[in-house]
Amino acid sequence: MSGERVTRLRGKDLLGIDPLSPGEIQLILDTAVEMREIAQRPIKKVPALRGKTVVNLFMEASTRTRFSFEMAEKRLSADSLSFAAASSSVSKGETLLDTALNLEAMQPDFLVIRHPHAGAPHRLAKVLRSSVINAGDGAHEHPTQALLDALTIRLRRGGLAGQVVAIVGDLQHSRVVRSNVLLLSRMGAKVRVAGPPSLIPVGMAALGCEVYTRMEDAIAGADVVMMLRIQLERQGRMNFPTVREYYDFFALTPERLKLARKDCLVMHPGPMNRGVEIDSRVADGPQSVILEQVTNGVAVRMAVLYLLAGGYGEPTAD
Amino acid sequence: MNRLLIRHGRVVDPAQRLDDGMDVLLVDGAVARLAERIEDSQAQVIDAAGLVVAPGFIDVHVHLREPGFEYKETVATGVAAAVAGGFTAVCCMPNTSPVNDSAAVTEFIAKRAAEAALARVYPIGAVSKGLSGEELAEIGEMVRAGAVAVSDDGKPVHNAYLMRRALEYTQLFGIPVIDHCEEPTLAARGVMHEGAVATRLGLAGIPAAAEEVMVARDVVLAELTGGRVHIAHISTRGALERVREAKARGLQVTCEATPHHLALLDQAVAESEFDPNTKMNPPLRSQEHVTALLDAVLDGTVDCLATDHAPHHADEKALEYDLAPFGVVGLETALPVTYDLLVRRHGLPLKSFVALWSTAPARLLNLPGGTLRPGSAADVTIFNPEARAVVNPERFRSLSRNTPFAGQRLRGWPVMTIVGGRVVWQRERR
Repeated sequence: MSGERVTRLRGKDLLGIDPLSPGEIQLILDTAVEMREIAQRPIKKVPALRGKTVVNLFMEASTRTRFSFEMAEKRLSADSLSFAAASSSVSKGETLLDTALNLEAMQPDFLVIRHPHAGAPHRLAKVLRSSVINAGDGAHEHPTQALLDALTIRLRRGGLAGQVVAIVGDLQHSRVVRSNVLLLSRMGAKVRVAGPPSLIPVGMAALGCEVYTRMEDAIAGADVVMMLRIQLERQGRMNFPTVREYYDFFALTPERLKLARKDCLVMHPGPMNRGVEIDSRVADGPQSVILEQVTNGVAVRMAVLYLLAGGYGEPTAD
Repeated sequence: MNRLLIRHGRVVDPAQRLDDGMDVLLVDGAVARLAERIEDSQAQVIDAAGLVVAPGFIDVHVHLREPGFEYKETVATGVAAAVAGGFTAVCCMPNTSPVNDSAAVTEFIAKRAAEAALARVYPIGAVSKGLSGEELAEIGEMVRAGAVAVSDDGKPVHNAYLMRRALEYTQLFGIPVIDHCEEPTLAARGVMHEGAVATRLGLAGIPAAAEEVMVARDVVLAELTGGRVHIAHISTRGALERVREAKARGLQVTCEATPHHLALLDQAVAESEFDPNTKMNPPLRSQEHVTALLDAVLDGTVDCLATDHAPHHADEKALEYDLAPFGVVGLETALPVTYDLLVRRHGLPLKSFVALWSTAPARLLNLPGGTLRPGSAADVTIFNPEARAVVNPERFRSLSRNTPFAGQRLRGWPVMTIVGGRVVWQRERR
């Protein structure tokens, strides 16, 4: 990564990986490394966001991401409140814009939003003064997931440049794959993706990856294999035949994992469908870093909140 | 006696192969005389020096929303928008509530238009009752009441048997079936053009093939029946190839292109950060298709231009991209968008430009106007090819503001609209 060292984020929001420069990604990851140390302390809390208010607006089911954000907010001493709506506000007759303006009227500093429709955080960010953090929008982006994945690889491998990362699964409906391809390719990793041809969106390669249809070709010699959740709830029955057949061709099994590098990392954004896209022997095996991803998720979200609040330098100084 | 003398204008009338500095005299609602110099002491004089004087522009594809959706647009606000955009006549689609599938609704629309007394309104009747795609509507009754074509626009005529029969039955009246070509099972839940931009944005795509499959079917059925099919808002390279082949084989297949499909790319969805004012059906296409569409306009494969003016309330367009309705308004931006793009940037002759907006649509639907030949209706569009202005939706006459062109600086704006020899709109002087 050339250019001078970035010390602040340019925008008020984190809407995706796409708008971030390599320097900004580096900054978030560096800050997250410092944030990780806070969790090692007996008192896992710093006053960095004291007096700041965070609204966690989850319009789509999520446990892990929401808890991770809440944990990050608490560790930074922010005041936060979360609400989950089973579906978009439109079902209550309120538009997204109304929801946004009502929230704005309560003057929060941050809005963390998970939404079933792509672009919803972007529309909100345009009208809100508070910082909007995208916690996953439709099949578009999930930037903090990609950042925590990158942090996990970096901590294990010392860096991202040159790493061969294979991402396998339902590429069509996955926001995780989009954010990951954008981030990893931008940071010099070599990204391969694979999935059933009926679940590979048009123009996937343009995001910055090599596209494979046979999983074996994608994972051959890989440094990292990242499995995607097969999102049964997002599709009908015409995209692939059965879960049983899916397992036959696209599950990460111990046999298939042997095609990758010997010390290849196994990752999964969760929640896992054990026995569908990943065999339990692999998920729980020695190469799995799936729980480290969860740990790093809190650190990355702390870093994002901290940086968007305008922080730089030593986060722990009071 | 109502006499109007338009002097010193550049008169462009493709039907008479005319592009010359001339005076035009309108008497009692008809074109009376064209000559290099006309003196008439009783006529009201309009100085058109530096302006183009053309036969009235006709938009064969608009949604006026009345009856049923008067919060989006009414016949009165729709025709006000039309004349402010330089249009002297519009053809309105039947997807109202109730649907225009009967003489009663056709007559109601005509009555509303007569009350507004601005642009002429020619209703398009439904192909099928209630747009259900199941049984033919009473097409003959609607034609008697003033309908000039039939269409289930908003939806395709999905049932091939019904389309076949419609293409046969309409031959009794000499009107075309206008088809919104989209195979719904392929379009699925798509909200924008399927391609690299949709993939990056995580939005479900509508493949070009969804349009092309249906255009191909319609061409086959046009051959089977000898009927007239007009492809609404054509937007893909493959669809244009099918139309080109059909024309070469002498089939009665025509098509229209919209200003937005010519001027904007699918990339606009990304650039606007998911602004639902970039959402319409068919969707904004990728460069490959837009280039093909532009070529097809320049080489004459596209018969005419049309706006697909589709007003939606701001509240509806404030929804998430996936949930916002398809459609954009077009009447008040069509002339500058297409003039700037086609004539200024791509060198389309002015005569061809006027033909695309006036001569061709009049012929297509057998409407009065479309020429300034003496004896024809005194419908005149006067525009200033040099005028520059920024699109400001706040100034629209339309009830709705859902335009993707807001803030664009364009050259070539209407100055005056004359319908039946009466000045129904003129640009305010600044």
